Amino acid sequence: MAEAPAPANRLGSMRRRIDPAIAWAFGCIIVVLFIGSLYSSSFLSPEYLLQQLKVASFLGVIATGMMIVILLGQIDLSVPWVVAVGGMMATAATGWGPLGEALAIPVGIGCGIALGLVSGAGVAFLRIPSMVVTLAVNAVAQGLMVVHTGGFSPQDSSSPAMRFIATGHSLFGIPNALLVWAVVGVAAVFLLTRTTFGRTVYAIGNRERAAYLSGARTRTVVMAAFALSGGLSAFGGVLLAGYASKAAQAMGDPYLLPAIAAVVLGGTSILGGRGSYLGTVAGVILITLLQSILSVMQMEEFGRHVTYGVVIVAMLLIYGRGKRYSE
Amino acid sequence: MSGDWSYWLREHKGTLLAFAGFVVMFTIYAANHPMGLNANVATTAANKGVLLAIVAMAQTLVVLTSGIDLSVGMVMVLANCLASSIVIGSPLATALGVAGVLVTGCVCGAINGLIVIYGRLQPIVTTIATGAVYYGIALALRPVPGGDVNASLADALTGQLPGGVPASLAVLLALVAIVWLPFRRSAIGRAAYALGSSEIAAYMSGVPIRRAKFVAYTLSGLLASVGGLFLTFITYTGEASAANGGAYTLYSIAAVVLGGVSLFGGSGSAVGAIFGALMFRTIGDLLFVFNVEPLWQPLFQGMVLLAAVCLGSVRLLRVRNRLDLYG
Repeated sequence: MAEAPAPANRLGSMRRRIDPAIAWAFGCIIVVLFIGSLYSSSFLSPEYLLQQLKVASFLGVIATGMMIVILLGQIDLSVPWVVAVGGMMATAATGWGPLGEALAIPVGIGCGIALGLVSGAGVAFLRIPSMVVTLAVNAVAQGLMVVHTGGFSPQDSSSPAMRFIATGHSLFGIPNALLVWAVVGVAAVFLLTRTTFGRTVYAIGNRERAAYLSGARTRTVVMAAFALSGGLSAFGGVLLAGYASKAAQAMGDPYLLPAIAAVVLGGTSILGGRGSYLGTVAGVILITLLQSILSVMQMEEFGRHVTYGVVIVAMLLIYGRGKRYSE
Repeated sequence: MSGDWSYWLREHKGTLLAFAGFVVMFTIYAANHPMGLNANVATTAANKGVLLAIVAMAQTLVVLTSGIDLSVGMVMVLANCLASSIVIGSPLATALGVAGVLVTGCVCGAINGLIVIYGRLQPIVTTIATGAVYYGIALALRPVPGGDVNASLADALTGQLPGGVPASLAVLLALVAIVWLPFRRSAIGRAAYALGSSEIAAYMSGVPIRRAKFVAYTLSGLLASVGGLFLTFITYTGEASAANGGAYTLYSIAAVVLGGVSLFGGSGSAVGAIFGALMFRTIGDLLFVFNVEPLWQPLFQGMVLLAAVCLGSVRLLRVRNRLDLYG
């Protein structure tokens, strides 16, 4: 672990020495942009790039939660239906009247936090592998939503506030969704690098036993991390529901694997304890651009899946390899 | 001899518990089924159960090496699409088709294995990416659902043997005898268990880690393709359904956990996973028998899954030293 700087010095050390994984990720972004510009001159236009960043912010918010959980050395597979819960409960609250309309966003996020707490309790207290407990929570969330909606996509539409933060534009025409992601991102960076919570997250990811012996409140931190991940996934769902102006059954399905891929492509170790938020930002933009360029190239759907998978493996083979046995 | 017995019991506890759970649930199911347990009811139940059991066996092989295969469902879908094109015609053509599907499965598994072994990428990320590739290929083979399969072979394998025994159970038994038992008894199989317990210790002891991993991943691909083949025999069509692939991947993990296989690797058996899969399927059928509103079924299934994984935490009651909780 000699190469992993202490979290406390992370910002400082980043100025001195850029993590090669992040450099690679940003390099790949430039390559993708270059290839895209060969296909269409509008690929480099500010409108197009802003549009891409807006689309990226939904994934960015969800990937932020995923990153915190991955830093713990765990994983959150409940993203698909927690996203749907966020979107559906927020639109449902909008249907309750003026008060519900005002509370739509907090209600959606709150439901996500509640589900995250269930996963967190399973991991922290019952010591169930996170892959399993989040899978079960995903199934429960799906069941709850099927009962809630009657198996159809809900008819309630999203509140004006949800539409504003997802599709509106503020100063200089910057999409509000991007501003939301920026706020979430800055908060995440602060949380991870400047608070006890963040340091404990890195410590648990490196060695939970050592963190426990050093007196860190590991259980609380694990619970909080999963609650954050649930809340952010649900927030992503709220944004998506605002973007599409209604929630849908499978709205979260396309976000689980890209969220994990974005975090890992950004240089965060899937084993936990190592990674920085800048990398996740790079990973999210990279994944979004990759998906966009594949559709700009008018590639058939099967080709998009194949290229997407091959590119992820290829990039990880370049810079994400594990250690040899002899090391 | 009593020492041997208690050791044997401890080693197979997970499998035995899964078996007992399945027997209890199936008894309740059969006793309450409106039509009683006749051969047709048993055959339908067995076909669905065996399909998941085969995929769960595939997952077990990788999980034993402390990996995870998130592409099993996609390999199954790919095999399904391929089988719906080539497993048809004269007996010779059908046999060649079956061989082609199985070889494809082996190749998919081998690619996963090679990337994990020589690329030194984490199994979870690798199989997410290769899963996207396999799904893309499946989509290329079958952009729209369709195709056909040799009906006499399909009927023979999904129908009933003389005496009313479901033929699918014989298929499952054959798979255990041909694939699982030889693997379990071989030096390679023991190496897979050893490296699942502690990779570094296995490496230091000169265990053929790479060969064991490679065989485990390849056999996993093989079994997943058998699952796809079997799915084709049940449905008579091929469909590149991402939802189906994802669901089977997740269910296979659930079945493995219910079957007493440790997700940390090194303990459990494919036989346990088979009973886990059958139990998981019976839970779904139980809800049908008890006339639970179809809307509530996913929720109940999720709750049962959550409860089942929480039951695994009973072992925590025996932990004397809190440090043992933290790996």
